Amino acid sequence: MTRLKLEGISKHYGAIQALSAVSLSIAPGEVLGLMGDNGAGKSTLVKIIAGNFSPSSGEIRIDDRPVAFHSPRDAQREGIEVVYQDLALCDNLSAASNVFLGREPVRRVGPVAYVDYAEMNRVSARLFSRLKSETRPRDLVRRMSGGQRQAVAIARTLLSEPKIVMMDEPTAAISVRQVAEVLDVIRRLRDHGISVILISHRMPDVFAVSDRIAVLRRGELVANKKAANSSPEEVTGLITGAIQAA
Amino acid sequence: MTTVDDVISTSEHKNWFSRITSLQSFWVFMAAIVACLALTFLTDSFASERNLFNVARNFAFVAIIAIGMTAVIASGGIDLSVGSSVVLSAMVISITMAAGSPFWLAAALALGASLLVGLLNGLLVAYAGMPAFVVTLGTLSAARSLAMVLSDNKMIWEFGPDHNVLLWVGGGSTLGVPHPLFVLTALAVLMSCIFRWTRWGQHLFAIGGNENAALLTGIPVRRMKVSIYMFSAFTAGLAGILMAGWLGSVTTNLGQGMELTVIAAAVIGGANLAGGEGSALGAVVGALLIEVIRNSLILLGISTFWQGMFIGTFIVVAVAFDRVRHFRS
Repeated sequence: MTRLKLEGISKHYGAIQALSAVSLSIAPGEVLGLMGDNGAGKSTLVKIIAGNFSPSSGEIRIDDRPVAFHSPRDAQREGIEVVYQDLALCDNLSAASNVFLGREPVRRVGPVAYVDYAEMNRVSARLFSRLKSETRPRDLVRRMSGGQRQAVAIARTLLSEPKIVMMDEPTAAISVRQVAEVLDVIRRLRDHGISVILISHRMPDVFAVSDRIAVLRRGELVANKKAANSSPEEVTGLITGAIQAA
Repeated sequence: MTTVDDVISTSEHKNWFSRITSLQSFWVFMAAIVACLALTFLTDSFASERNLFNVARNFAFVAIIAIGMTAVIASGGIDLSVGSSVVLSAMVISITMAAGSPFWLAAALALGASLLVGLLNGLLVAYAGMPAFVVTLGTLSAARSLAMVLSDNKMIWEFGPDHNVLLWVGGGSTLGVPHPLFVLTALAVLMSCIFRWTRWGQHLFAIGGNENAALLTGIPVRRMKVSIYMFSAFTAGLAGILMAGWLGSVTTNLGQGMELTVIAAAVIGGANLAGGEGSALGAVVGALLIEVIRNSLILLGISTFWQGMFIGTFIVVAVAFDRVRHFRS
């Protein structure tokens, strides 16, 4: 079974071709390292899978079933979650509010529906303890460290028992110790059968956790192979174009 | 040894005193109280029943709209058209009542007219992606012009068969409390609950905090924005109806420049023009402080020309206070 299968995904903005005929597949519990230079189309691909953009052409299949996303909500419903590069957090809200952003549970008393903060704090606390992160659900995100912010963003993805988690540069802006923690979290997701797509510039991090490596260059997929059969040198060559394809 | 779980479950130990004193609206309220106490001793007339009644009524109009403005500002926008929505609403209700329609129908039409202004603002900001400042500057001009066209720029002071109902609603009082104050209290309580306890409120502050994050997490940002601008216009329409009844006559310069007082009240009350912060109670307290300053200048015999200087100082002080607070934390 393939968890996610992309077939001939293309995206153009007017005359600019951001992605041309990208085909990829990911198995359950597989970690795919997606690499490429700035402007290679990584973010566009992520946003298509996450339902932010529709592809100009091509098909997305989840568990061998074709799907069409019109909004991030649609993708979430299919079990696709994203940790965005800027983490997409609201600094003015609490950690728990950020975890539940857009999915706040409500309780009803007669005609009145109100946000169930107690439930949000309880569930968030459980997720933070699962991630082994010292993050308090009631604290404002504004006052948090880089690692804690990352934990909030990752906890958000775990809310709905996801099938696929995409992470856009999760290790770019945090300390060495926190990088190790994030990589541990990725392994923990994998052990739960969750497929992870890791988008990163940091070669050591990608090779540390990835089962397979895919490389994009100028909107084209130029490599898609087992990490064990590749090397950082080869991937660097593929990214820059020194190696045409592998 | 403390475990991760211990850390997660501890809440920040803050007692109610330090929590309250970290609120901008608390200090603004204190400033208003101090001003009131000083005036009570300095003048004979401030603490008189008549003056307090007037202060309470006058500030209610600004405070009602400031609650709507706070919603817009907290979502990261601005609404300059509220003063014009006030006159449009007042003009629609007075003209339809003068033409013989009952109060309730005319009030519904007036609110409908102001809601249309809000709808237009919201659609242009959310769907056409135009800057809120420019859009609402446009409707500020357009809505007032529409009020002039409707009335042929004449004053209206006869409101048909339900004349006395309108005067009672806007200018009357029950148990010694002016009616606009009842409306304000109900609105402030309701909106405090809505801001804090509904998904609409959560999403509003999320949009103000990080609009991109709100979009990415699937919050219907566009629809939210339309509803927020419509709410702001609704508060303006409500104030327009009450002001028509209070004044007993409507002219086309009603509510002129009011948007600036309303924005000042919201900002003094803790609304952050960068978005993400604000409260209904803060808006009320901000409006109260402005009215107390205005009233005190008159009672102390200081030229009203100084009013702008005082209000301006308070806006700057309020924002400076906010900067200091963020700097410390």
